[in-house]
Amino acid sequence: MADILVAMSGGVDSSVAAALLVSQGHTVTGVTLKLWGGESDSGCCSVSDVDDARRVAQQLNIDHHVFNFGDDFDRFVVDPYVADHSGGRTPNPCVECNRHIKFDKLFRRADALGFDLIATGHHARIDDEPGGVRRIARGADQAKDQSYVLHMLDQSQLARLSFPVGDITKDEVRTLANDLGLRTADKPDSQDVCFIHSEGGRQVFLGDRIALRPATLVDGDGTKVGEVDSIELVTLGQRKGLNLGGDADRRYVVDIDHDQATVTVGHRDELLVAAQKIDDLEWSHEPVAGPYLVQVSAHGQPMQAMLDGDTLHWDAPQRRVAPGQSVVLYHGDRVVGGGTAGRAEATAVTIDRR
Amino acid sequence: MTENAELRQTPYHYLDNAATTAIRPAALEVMIPLLEHGYGNPSGAHRMAREANRVLDDARETMADALGAQPGEIVFTGGGTEADNLAISGVLEASPGVPVCSAVEHHAVLEPVEHHGGRIVGVDAAGVLDLDQLGDALDDQVSVVSVMTANNETGMLQPLSDIVAMVRKRAPQALVHTDAVQALCWVDLADVAADVDLLSVSAHKFGGPKGVGALVVRDRATVGALAKGGGQERGRRGGTHNVAGIAAMAVAAAQTVAERPTAVPRVAALRDRLADGIIAAVDGVVESGVPIGFPSGGPVDRSAKTANICHLCFEGVESEALLFLLEKHDVMASAASSCASGAMEPSHVLAAMGFDRALAFGSLRLSLGYGTTDADVDAALEAVPAAVQRLRERG
Repeated sequence: MADILVAMSGGVDSSVAAALLVSQGHTVTGVTLKLWGGESDSGCCSVSDVDDARRVAQQLNIDHHVFNFGDDFDRFVVDPYVADHSGGRTPNPCVECNRHIKFDKLFRRADALGFDLIATGHHARIDDEPGGVRRIARGADQAKDQSYVLHMLDQSQLARLSFPVGDITKDEVRTLANDLGLRTADKPDSQDVCFIHSEGGRQVFLGDRIALRPATLVDGDGTKVGEVDSIELVTLGQRKGLNLGGDADRRYVVDIDHDQATVTVGHRDELLVAAQKIDDLEWSHEPVAGPYLVQVSAHGQPMQAMLDGDTLHWDAPQRRVAPGQSVVLYHGDRVVGGGTAGRAEATAVTIDRR
Repeated sequence: MTENAELRQTPYHYLDNAATTAIRPAALEVMIPLLEHGYGNPSGAHRMAREANRVLDDARETMADALGAQPGEIVFTGGGTEADNLAISGVLEASPGVPVCSAVEHHAVLEPVEHHGGRIVGVDAAGVLDLDQLGDALDDQVSVVSVMTANNETGMLQPLSDIVAMVRKRAPQALVHTDAVQALCWVDLADVAADVDLLSVSAHKFGGPKGVGALVVRDRATVGALAKGGGQERGRRGGTHNVAGIAAMAVAAAQTVAERPTAVPRVAALRDRLADGIIAAVDGVVESGVPIGFPSGGPVDRSAKTANICHLCFEGVESEALLFLLEKHDVMASAASSCASGAMEPSHVLAAMGFDRALAFGSLRLSLGYGTTDADVDAALEAVPAAVQRLRERG
């Protein structure tokens, strides 16, 4: 039996994760991370979430602590989030939080405090391959799978991690929570970015921190077709919120020029590329040969590709990935590596239009 | 699904007496029969009411003696925070104006002062109020000045007679309040109360129960009630009296005052052994309120602090982790600053003293009390250096 520190957000998944470990006979301690001191209603870290986590821990008769990692969260998650938007990249706050907070800062803290393992409520599994290699694998509940945001975990981290709800579905999680009488049983899933208030959203959050710049919308010929309030909020492939009439298929953001504050809109086919550059590719163990199933958003459909150096070649043309977005390589349902999408300009491969 | 965890009977090494203290047996003893039988409402007219009222009047006299005030100057409250709020907001209601307080006040003073648009006066590196800054903050608009007797994090004492003298000179219309919540065990408040106009205490800091306190309102001062209705406490605090709690507070206060001449030197010696021992055992530690650069050979002078506080900041250590490891050795301590969620917050007191933020995150307050023993100090002397070393190696 192990001495396990469970990260409890105050949500149902981590509540049940703790309960499962207790029922397996482990020595379990709950910890809630206080990450964000500002206004937010959509994620975790509120006093009521801490209350929920503490109450569940009491119900399970385990110790519960609160760690304030707010300074690190600002430094590694919030500041880069703002900087990415400012620089025209797509931020990955959940990935960065996992990388720097949950699986680095908390790991080091748990190690210093003498814990054997860390557990979280992520819907993902850890598969053992022959030869002692461990892989992040998709959770049993495909719809809730979170392997994508865990792609950065390396072998030393995987050796000290447990995802107790990765083998069961969300429905089963809720059933267990109800059976145990946990107050989080019917709590809604967290949505969106945890430090951003749903009212006002990114616009207000970023507007409080950086000067948002208006941008001109142009078509493929460079003719002005409209305006947006802030180029920082425009994403490659975006269609909604541009206030353009006309042919719906021709209203996609196909290029963003931050220096010139110009957003080009066009036909959705113009987003299609045959290849995609990956930056900062890291393997979870050693490089693994393709083909890969490649996922480019949290719940996106994985598509097949081969890798040549730092460039992915899609089996069939795919929409360009917004620069900065995580690109995760799978073998079957196992993560073998991941990185971030490179600049579109460097990789755009024009294909024949229909 | 589970019953409440049973309260542990084996003794902890309890070194968090600035947070709260164990109730004194004599204080507990007086409560039970009052709750069981003496439950009359002292505002009533019948015999049971009169009996309760007598308990109240006895307690009022005892508190007045303990605090160097007249019985009519004691306003019973629901604790220290309420007493502080009543002092600030109550004075402002009776005499509208600007409140002033030090930057190291407890939030129970700081927040009402900030709420009323008050002025905050800085402190020096030791946490002592800057009298020049205080002078600058005083004018004919000021109606109340609040400076604590002893700080809850560092134990630093404030030069109250100098402060009062300056207020009388620069803002003679203003009333002076002191939050003495941390002080009764260690400081003769009769001396303090002679100078100031308002003074707050809280029962559970000196062996009384939680949820009861008192505000001394000298006859020359006037406060409006926060809790209106009922007319209790001469209209200064409405609401049925917590008779058992008030009686227990009085018992605890009397005992505290009687024991103080022996308790202060005894606890100060324990505290010095604790602080000196930790400082000798680990590098990279700063004790708040004493000159940086010691030890230079001689004993450290902690006379500017209350006898019970050992407050240290460790480089390269985070208090949350330190407290966790100390708890494993049954040592109950505090970082002295936390928020509603239970998370450690950067201390506004250390920030005001100019402490580096990272160093402030490594703060540890070991606060002794009348029940602290040599064994408690020994346990902390063993646990703290070991924990600090482990965290520096592996944190």
